[in-house]
Amino acid sequence: MSIEQLEIREHLSQFAPFEELADEWLDRLASEVEIQYFPAESTLFETGEELTELRYIRSGAVEVKRRSGHLFNRLEEGDIFGYVDMLRGRPARYSAHTLEDSLIYFFPKALIQELCDEDDDFSEFVEAGGQRLKTRVEQYHRESDLLTTRVRRLVVRRPVMVESTTPLQTAAQQMREYSTTSLLVIDPTTDMDATTFEGQDEHYWHLVGMLTDRDCCTRVVADGIDPQTPVGEVMSTRLVTVQSDESVYEAMLTMLRNNVQHLPVLYRRRPMGIVQLSDIVRYETHSSLYLVSNIYHQASVDGLARLSGEVRQSFVRLVNDGANSEMVGRALATIGRSIIRRLLELGEEELGAPPVPYAFMVLGSMARDEPTINADQDHALVVDDAFDSDAHDRYFEQLAVFVREGMAACGYARCKGDIMASNPRWRQPLSVWKSYFNDWMDDPNPEHLLHSNIFFDLTCVYGENRLVEPLQELIAERAPHRPLFLAAMARNALGRTPPLGFFRTFVVEKDGEHKNSINIKRRGTAPLVDLVRVHALACGSKAQNTFLRLDDINKTQLLAEGVNDKLRYAFEFLSMVRIRHQAMDIETDQEPDNNVMPDNVSSRERHHLKEAFEVLNHAQRFMAFRYPIPPDAERKMKSKRKGRST
Amino acid sequence: MRLPHWKSRQRPNWPDYLADRAKRVRHPMLKQFFSEMRLDPDRPIGETPMVAFDLETTGLDAGRHDIVSIGLVPFTLSRIAMKESRYWVVAPRRQLSNESVTFHHITHSEIDGAPDLGDVLGEVLSVMKGRLPVVHYRHVERPFLDGAIRERLGEGAVFPLIDTMSLEARRHRRRRWVWVRRLMGRPPASIRLHESRLRYNLPAYQGHHALTDALSTAELLQAQVLTHYSPETPLKTLWS
Repeated sequence: MSIEQLEIREHLSQFAPFEELADEWLDRLASEVEIQYFPAESTLFETGEELTELRYIRSGAVEVKRRSGHLFNRLEEGDIFGYVDMLRGRPARYSAHTLEDSLIYFFPKALIQELCDEDDDFSEFVEAGGQRLKTRVEQYHRESDLLTTRVRRLVVRRPVMVESTTPLQTAAQQMREYSTTSLLVIDPTTDMDATTFEGQDEHYWHLVGMLTDRDCCTRVVADGIDPQTPVGEVMSTRLVTVQSDESVYEAMLTMLRNNVQHLPVLYRRRPMGIVQLSDIVRYETHSSLYLVSNIYHQASVDGLARLSGEVRQSFVRLVNDGANSEMVGRALATIGRSIIRRLLELGEEELGAPPVPYAFMVLGSMARDEPTINADQDHALVVDDAFDSDAHDRYFEQLAVFVREGMAACGYARCKGDIMASNPRWRQPLSVWKSYFNDWMDDPNPEHLLHSNIFFDLTCVYGENRLVEPLQELIAERAPHRPLFLAAMARNALGRTPPLGFFRTFVVEKDGEHKNSINIKRRGTAPLVDLVRVHALACGSKAQNTFLRLDDINKTQLLAEGVNDKLRYAFEFLSMVRIRHQAMDIETDQEPDNNVMPDNVSSRERHHLKEAFEVLNHAQRFMAFRYPIPPDAERKMKSKRKGRST
Repeated sequence: MRLPHWKSRQRPNWPDYLADRAKRVRHPMLKQFFSEMRLDPDRPIGETPMVAFDLETTGLDAGRHDIVSIGLVPFTLSRIAMKESRYWVVAPRRQLSNESVTFHHITHSEIDGAPDLGDVLGEVLSVMKGRLPVVHYRHVERPFLDGAIRERLGEGAVFPLIDTMSLEARRHRRRRWVWVRRLMGRPPASIRLHESRLRYNLPAYQGHHALTDALSTAELLQAQVLTHYSPETPLKTLWS
């Protein structure tokens, strides 16, 4: 029978996880499928039912509900369902109904199990939990490492080439003019051989050698050679080259093996550039390092502000090079902190030395090493206890305003909640700061804490770290013993919940409402950060970064086996969706935001996103249960709130 | 053809006809086929095994044209099992014209070496055995199969079937309001397979492959019955 002509196979091959199956498997699935039509509002299965088939939506739409009757998910053409409980051999935890007239394909359990055994990608897809996310997160990073990046990506410009008869002095002048550290030496030729190439002048050339600044030093100057000597007499003729489609890794090995610093990159035989060992080092670390050194060289706020375009470019490059969210976050945090440090240096130059020692601390995402490209300002000043408000505050106010305006000029929006050092409340001596934190922890109140959440991510970026450390220690010591504080923080962390996922071009909300975009920060990364912070506070962690906090949490018994990893992958995945979305915005000349449109999410990505939201959802529910507010405390808080409003 | 009440508006008395045929036909293959096709007119459609079938032909006139492919999809109201579906390309005894090639995409080379319908007829009838056939537009499938069998076995085979096109026509062509629509200049609703399917939110398929069309017909019947009738509807209200 000519299955290959069948529509079934065609359709399956367009949707995950079938899209990557081998042809033989598609044929088999298409020939063993069973089909049934369901008018709108038919029941497909009820909770508790035993499921023996994987279901696939050929046309129409299906709604999956929890036992409680709450909407769990809405599915459309190409989606699969009913397989998780089937594969685990347990009764259905959900019920499913058609929303529209639908045609459903059924695949028997035995067939799906056989497919899982044979095809790892497929089984990874249908296996539940963080496993699938993990695979996806790892794939991102595999795709971009040194092994798969081609060396031509490191070539930034054409090589400077001279003929071997050129005098050394002229060659050196060329190197100066193009500010390069190496030249290629070529000779015209009429013979064709392995090193001949056709130049842009349509003549044939022979690559005969290379001259580097090091050659000039060790061979020319050291031996007192006449600057008019032709290049051909001193150049190195031992040419080690690499083909442009080799991997960066291979290029690096070639250099190390041959002990050379410069490596001509050839496209077939034509030189297309020269790669230096430092290019690779730069590629491998952060291109942002160069930006950072540039920041410290700026002599004015204007100079710093001009660099903000470069910050964006460096961000896009990092993302395109496949950096993970930790690398991107750290790079952006380093850049942001460097800008603040430089601003403070410039401010001190203008205002004179500070009257008493101080520490400038950043709060929130910058403190966590997780800012994104559109982060706004969150900072505060801790002053030595010798601070005398009347005598000293004028200085610190001016300094704080200088930093605030400087950062605004560099693209960091002013904090809407006025959590900035320019606000006198957040410009206080250490003793006052200690009392702030004691108040928050000893006498918590969710509303009160809502705006102070961000103070529990704090790091010193400039000045005296001894003024910030005691605060971090205070938090780590006391928070674990303040159940009411943890409960209040947990309650706040539950204020933002993830959506269910996507349905066609909509985001599906719990109550079944549709929206046409999703704020991936508000609905994804931020609630996850909040959640991890609560657990980190509970276990006395001093870490600020979400991943480092998860490491600390993992040393305790706070979370069930495997949950830590799931949170880690969910956070990485959500962060990367956000980061890539912002990089795409910048590349298409739009202002980067956090609003991801379902249209821009691939079918595979949808499944992963949905799963990350699920991880967050489960973790939130656990948190609510783990840090309950004692009923008497709740009454007390309510009456206090009432007391304040009257 | 010896069909009771064939031209009348009344539906034929199929049980009597089938019993009569089972007695009269001489060829053992047909005798078995008819004797196993015991279809109670009051039997609910939801309990009836069916088989969707589709023929691709060299043209529309059973007298001049011939069958080139056959698709069979056994099913019930609740399941279509592709594993049991069958498809054959057969060599037409009459010439394959170039126009028809562009229509059903079966080429001369595919037909070279294809068996004669007579060689696969046993298999075809055994898949159909005991199942109520379902077609879209019976006025092609019925006379073509009847003619082809008559040519090979010396006697024909006409049997009851469900015609999804006529079920669709009942809703869209035989109502009084259709005339009102026509008076108002609205075109009648199309009852072709593709257009009919779209009314039930069934996916658009590439037509004119006997197996795909048979599958399309099976899906359409499920949709029609579940939308306008019910699994309890007796066969007699559906067949023709």
